[in-house]
Amino acid sequence: MRTFKVDLHIHTVLSPCGDLEMSPVNIVKKAKERGIDIIGISDHNSTLHAPLIKKMAAEQGVLVMMGAEVTTKEEVHCLCFFETEEKLALFQMYLEKHLPHIPNDSNKFGYQVVVNKEEEIVEEVEWLLITGINQSIDELEKKVHELDGLFIPAHINKMQNSVISQLGFLPFDLNVDAIEITRHISKKTFLEKNTYLKDKTFIKSSDAHCIDLVGDVYTEFFMNEASFNEVKMALRNEEGRKVDF
Amino acid sequence: MKVSDIVEKLALKVCSGEQGLDKEIEGGYTSDLLSDVMGNADADQVWVTLQTHKNIMAIASLKELAAVILVKGYEPEADAAEQSNEEGIPILSSEEEAFELTGKLYKLISDE
Repeated sequence: MRTFKVDLHIHTVLSPCGDLEMSPVNIVKKAKERGIDIIGISDHNSTLHAPLIKKMAAEQGVLVMMGAEVTTKEEVHCLCFFETEEKLALFQMYLEKHLPHIPNDSNKFGYQVVVNKEEEIVEEVEWLLITGINQSIDELEKKVHELDGLFIPAHINKMQNSVISQLGFLPFDLNVDAIEITRHISKKTFLEKNTYLKDKTFIKSSDAHCIDLVGDVYTEFFMNEASFNEVKMALRNEEGRKVDF
Repeated sequence: MKVSDIVEKLALKVCSGEQGLDKEIEGGYTSDLLSDVMGNADADQVWVTLQTHKNIMAIASLKELAAVILVKGYEPEADAAEQSNEEGIPILSSEEEAFELTGKLYKLISDE
């Protein structure tokens, strides 16, 4: 077993707030340059860029966790990841079913585009991706686990769009695989005020919206190999695997 | 003024926690961020919100609120209603939006 560098929270140009430079080719290049072993592709309420980046990254020896950063109806941001393209596609259908049809104004919010390997635009997503979907955090968690995915409430210490800002505290019966905190706080300081979360697994990620931040913050996973299942086992501290930052 | 008085005057639906309708009200608080309510609401206030998650009952109980009023005809999640019944803190529902409801509520309570 060895240590792997993992940054599970990266936006692409598909997110309206994602920089135009956040193309698949640039993200893979930057992750490789920084020595990141595993990246998570987590655009707002959409998974459309993840399969292409997974293929491109595999050629460079970087593993991609395919998913999205979903906004629930309580406006809580949650990272959700899936192992196969089939399950990812089912989750994409769920997102499209529950996303309100509010047209994106690209002048105000930014472009929502899917690009190919050559950075040519192949699709522009019509509906604004940064709104809340019509599903509660509990409904989302159930859906993710139904598809054998990973469910990780994002930047829980932030005072906007975190489960703590929106719902006061993490609901006790919510089945989370890990919790993400931001670069701005240590786990120790966070736990001083949130002792009820002391047994959870914590990760830190870059939440990169521009290319220079890809892999700027990462979590060290101690495990056998870079695979979806090993990541899952490390988050659960199974058979000697563990997570640290 | 009692919770039952505002139910009657503002035509609110009682979703759960009926046994708490006799509670006295001391003002109100309007917010959809539970972290904000936890920090700023005071005991015996009515809380106006669009959040329906069961955590609203944990906050209402912690802050000893008189009642929770959901806007736009929203109904509590089943587990929120259950906890409301257990704790006797009513969850009420209004067809109005937060702006109109809060205005009427403010007038009722301050005219008293």
